[in-house]
Amino acid sequence: MRVLAAMSGGVDSAVAAARAVEAGHDVTGVHLALARNPQTYRTGARGCCTLEDSRDARRAADVIGIPFYVWDMADRFHEDVVDDFVAEYAAGRTPNPCLRCNEKIKFAAVLDRAVALGFDAVVTGHHARLGPDGLLRRSVDLAKDQSYVLAVLTREQLGRSIFPLGDSTKAEVRAEAARRDLAVADKPDSHDICFIADGDTRGFLAQRLGETPGDVVDALTGAVVGSHTGAYQYTVGQRRGLHLDRPAPDGRPRYVLSITPKTNTVMVGPAEALEVSQVRATRPVWTGCERPTGPVDCEVQLRAHGDVVPATVSLDADGLRAELRRPVRGVAAGQAIVAYRPDPAGDVVLGSATITG
Amino acid sequence: MAYLDHAATTPMLDEALEAYVATAREVGNASSLHAAGRRARRRVEESRERVAAVLGARPSEVIFTGGGTESDNLAVKGIFWARRAAHAERTRVVSSAVEHHAVLDAVDWLAGHEGAEVGWLPVDAAGRLDPERLRAELAAHGERVALVTAMWANNEVGTVQPVAELAAVAAEHGVPFHTDAIQAVGQVPVDFAASGVAALTVTGHKLGGPTGVGALLLARDVAATPLLHGGGQERDVRSGTLDTAGIVAFAVAVETAVKGQQEYAARVAALRDELVERVRQAVPEMIFNGDPADRLPGNAHFSFPGCEGDALLLLLDAQGIACSTGSACSAGVAQPSHVLLAMGADDDRARSSLRFTLGHTSTRADVDALIAALPAAVERARRAAALRTPR
Ligand SMILES: Cc1ncc(COP(=O)(O)O)c(C=O)c1O
Repeated sequence: MRVLAAMSGGVDSAVAAARAVEAGHDVTGVHLALARNPQTYRTGARGCCTLEDSRDARRAADVIGIPFYVWDMADRFHEDVVDDFVAEYAAGRTPNPCLRCNEKIKFAAVLDRAVALGFDAVVTGHHARLGPDGLLRRSVDLAKDQSYVLAVLTREQLGRSIFPLGDSTKAEVRAEAARRDLAVADKPDSHDICFIADGDTRGFLAQRLGETPGDVVDALTGAVVGSHTGAYQYTVGQRRGLHLDRPAPDGRPRYVLSITPKTNTVMVGPAEALEVSQVRATRPVWTGCERPTGPVDCEVQLRAHGDVVPATVSLDADGLRAELRRPVRGVAAGQAIVAYRPDPAGDVVLGSATITG
Repeated sequence: MAYLDHAATTPMLDEALEAYVATAREVGNASSLHAAGRRARRRVEESRERVAAVLGARPSEVIFTGGGTESDNLAVKGIFWARRAAHAERTRVVSSAVEHHAVLDAVDWLAGHEGAEVGWLPVDAAGRLDPERLRAELAAHGERVALVTAMWANNEVGTVQPVAELAAVAAEHGVPFHTDAIQAVGQVPVDFAASGVAALTVTGHKLGGPTGVGALLLARDVAATPLLHGGGQERDVRSGTLDTAGIVAFAVAVETAVKGQQEYAARVAALRDELVERVRQAVPEMIFNGDPADRLPGNAHFSFPGCEGDALLLLLDAQGIACSTGSACSAGVAQPSHVLLAMGADDDRARSSLRFTLGHTSTRADVDALIAALPAAVERARRAAALRTPR
């Protein structure tokens, strides 16, 4: 097949591209330039999308021996990921930009362009398994598993995707990179959000949304217990940084329970009040089996690297509903709920949807 | 592989390569006093005479440098500094909107760091400069102009400028005129003295010589403040141990290219015309850019409406065809060509363009390969570009 390898400049995508070559594909490497001004993005070690990353990616492509190009996706990325990120926070939700980038950029804008140019598939260095059965499964390396941020992909998108790393641990990938003389073998992992230069999400949002002072309200008593400079700065389940004026009557810590942008109010309360046993979600995608007509017993994950809970999931006209077998704390609107079917060969992604409440 | 990117760099001529290897085997620093040094110096000076002879310069006017970018920087900054040092009010630089970045960015740097003012000369839709515009510019600012710099031939669209006319206008005002003749030497007749320019840039790797060696022809009465200080080589204008092997090979290449220019130009222009005609038949909606008559023999430059040059390049590369979008990279991302924009093209047309350049190794088979691959590539690139608009 003619395949396009998305190369971030990190070790995973470099090894993925090398494996695609070894599997006999005709591989072309592409680095996505996502920053409108690369200097403002994280440099080298911790982020992605910098000039240094672009050079690392090109060097890896040269070592592997494949053509390499840079595609300018900055405008799309800004509209579909960065602006969306800000708008989601402004609406009181907690977005996952990596997931959105997969949904809108890597497996949409890039994949569509690749297909138009005659490529059959896109190869990425995501840690997830995708076999000939078309099922997306967790990576063997559970600590690095990225099936959660890929669960938004439709069957058509998965049908044109190749994830060569799903059967390897991160350690194995690094060792292989060293064996292949790829200089990125010991490049540190990227984490955090690539488009927030200093890791200061609050500052990033404040710059774009401005300061809008409001009340922090105790959900039990209705009393104003503090103030904030923008409800968007909070995430459901958050405990730190609340700056409450008054201690709770019971002396126990309080958590953010909900955010209401309309009234610019942040509700706080005790940990138990965070517990949720029913989750509603919108825009479901179902890929792991026939779209179910009745309830499905499965496991669900409610945030990246979050715990897994047994649940019964059903789809209806409004979206997806999950009854959790045990209550979970800190379920934030805007995150994805991903349903898995446990499987010794790697838990299978059944489907996903965006949590509304 | 069909190599259609000779304007980026062209294969070394066998004569030049052999001269390089033979000289590189010999030890000797051309500044040393002993026999080995004398031998190296003789090779350098013979090379200087060969370059001077075929380019209409005196040997003492040839300054060897580390290539075109260095020669351009030396001319632009060096002449600016020297002229300003002589008269403090000379702070204006006149240049063209279609220069290579080696000139463009040097001029911009002077503006940003040395307080230079810049008069940019516009070009017409074919990329041509108008000597009358220069005359008006110098009539208005003549006293304050440190130098005029305008290329002999454009590296992207291949348009050849009326250099002698431009230089004559500059001479009327006593302003030194520099020309970047990198794309011109070996392609069109170039005579330093006859053209009336004060300084002329030439580089090895565009005419069959090695990369990283070139020259600035600098008239004896024109001063240039050095960029590099050190051992005082090259009239004290360009310090650094001379690259004897590189210079010898460069001189062989310059001599071969210039002596063979007429025959070369006739052959390559015929092949280029065939390429253009067959591209027109294969993709009738293409736009042929640049001056149809005053143009480099090996240059064919097109816009393919509805396509992105980047996508075409990728697709042709996959078919073994090497060409160029001509656009420079800014921060790793391709920008629309400043040359096309200066010619009045809009962003889309500038981004849709592609350059094919023929050279001394080009054959009809290269053109055949391009024509075989082009229609499908255009079709695909068009589909990819159409994705951009509605979502
Ligand atoms: C017109 C022009 N000027 C300057 C240069 C730079 O020359 P060099 O590559 O020798 O530094 C080039 C070629 O890249 C050129 O085409």
